[in-house]
Amino acid sequence: MNLTLKIWRQKNAGTKGKFEKYKLTDISTESSFLEMLDVLNEKLINENQEPIAFDHDCREGICGTCGLYINGRPHGPEKGTTTCQLHMRKFKDGDVITIEPWRAKAFPIVRDLIVDRSAFDLILQAGGYTSVNTGNAPDANSIPIPKLDSDRAFESAACIGCGACVATCKNASAMLFVSAKVSHLALLPQGRIEAAERVQKMVAKMDELGFGNCTNTYACEMECPKNISVSNIARMNREFIKAKIFAEVPTAVETGD
Amino acid sequence: MYSSITKKVIMSLMGLFLITFLLVHLSLNLTLIISSSKDTFNLAAHFMGTNPVVKVLEVVLFGGFIIHIFWGIVLFFQNWAARPHSYAVWNHSQETFFSKYMIHTGALILAFLAIHLLDFWYKSRFSGGMPITQIDGIKYDDMGQLVLDKFKSPAYCSLYVIFLIFMGFHLDHAFQSALQSLGINHSKYTPFFKKFSRFLAVVITIGYISIPIVIYFIL
Repeated sequence: MNLTLKIWRQKNAGTKGKFEKYKLTDISTESSFLEMLDVLNEKLINENQEPIAFDHDCREGICGTCGLYINGRPHGPEKGTTTCQLHMRKFKDGDVITIEPWRAKAFPIVRDLIVDRSAFDLILQAGGYTSVNTGNAPDANSIPIPKLDSDRAFESAACIGCGACVATCKNASAMLFVSAKVSHLALLPQGRIEAAERVQKMVAKMDELGFGNCTNTYACEMECPKNISVSNIARMNREFIKAKIFAEVPTAVETGD
Repeated sequence: MYSSITKKVIMSLMGLFLITFLLVHLSLNLTLIISSSKDTFNLAAHFMGTNPVVKVLEVVLFGGFIIHIFWGIVLFFQNWAARPHSYAVWNHSQETFFSKYMIHTGALILAFLAIHLLDFWYKSRFSGGMPITQIDGIKYDDMGQLVLDKFKSPAYCSLYVIFLIFMGFHLDHAFQSALQSLGINHSKYTPFFKKFSRFLAVVITIGYISIPIVIYFIL
């Protein structure tokens, strides 16, 4: 198939970027989207031009590294799919494909289609963990957990942190990502111990990093490659409201001051 | 500054409060077109204008509007700032439609509110010159006559219908979104709440629109 690509080129965060047009011929319909870009980059290298920088790692749809804004949608037109799992058979011969990086204040562009998503790491560092003693793995059934809770925790934990939710949200809000991380721990007894502290710290960090506010457009849920549900956002709101109203404040003696 | 979730909680609580106001206001207004005389409506208007409890609630209501509008604008600017460079191609098709335009429909409702308050609330309270009616020998402001006169103008009537439709768009997203912001999302009840949200928007909008329409064409 023959394609015209309009790709965002930008040297670094400090410079102004612009779209460049590229023509590709004889692309196999069976190649993946990233393989198609590989072909383009080979061509550019052979022509002594700078190849297009884009993020990718596992190419199996589980690492969350790839992420391109394709024809106005994160990870392209296929539902529940990462960019690397998108195949060219989803496009038509002669298509013009516009490829942009994620755009959000909290995700500055590094180069071309690569953005810096370390804001997500900072949110996780703020509270996306449980404090447990290391040692032998505990027996799997020592703490009974309702099946539905464990299933839902698992579904929330499926979030790969790719940033598609932020990219597609009209407000560049990170609520789906943060709520998935809050949820998968809040649903399990091990995570409940630090639940009140966690949700407040992670939301505070999210706000501090310049993500927008959620206005419940639910675009994130529609575009998430892992089909993370917005019910996670409601759960996080619930956890947050509960923590703000009911969480005890330690006394001076308890904090050791 | 409040956290993003706190701001949303304030927005939703105020929004739900304003929906209850819309229902009360609508039920009183409907007396004008349902009842055979203007008396019921005029007595209700008199009660709403003079009862001390209602007067306190009126201040609370204005507060609710101001808080809802203020934080709505703050959220809009924060969200706008969160994406300094927008996309060249943006496929909006995946979003629930009216949720994208809350600030726009909200701004239209604000403009409508200003016109509405000036023509009825301000006129009946402050500017004087109200028509007078007698019910059981006691004189009352004839609010009903004021409304009837206003809506005999086709331009004024259409203005209301158009603004009320935009209010309907705002309401379509409002109720279910408020519940989501308050953390109320449940596999059993949320599908119903979403349908109820649309039902509420349609009923309130049709209810309000019926008043100028009935007055213009029938009364």
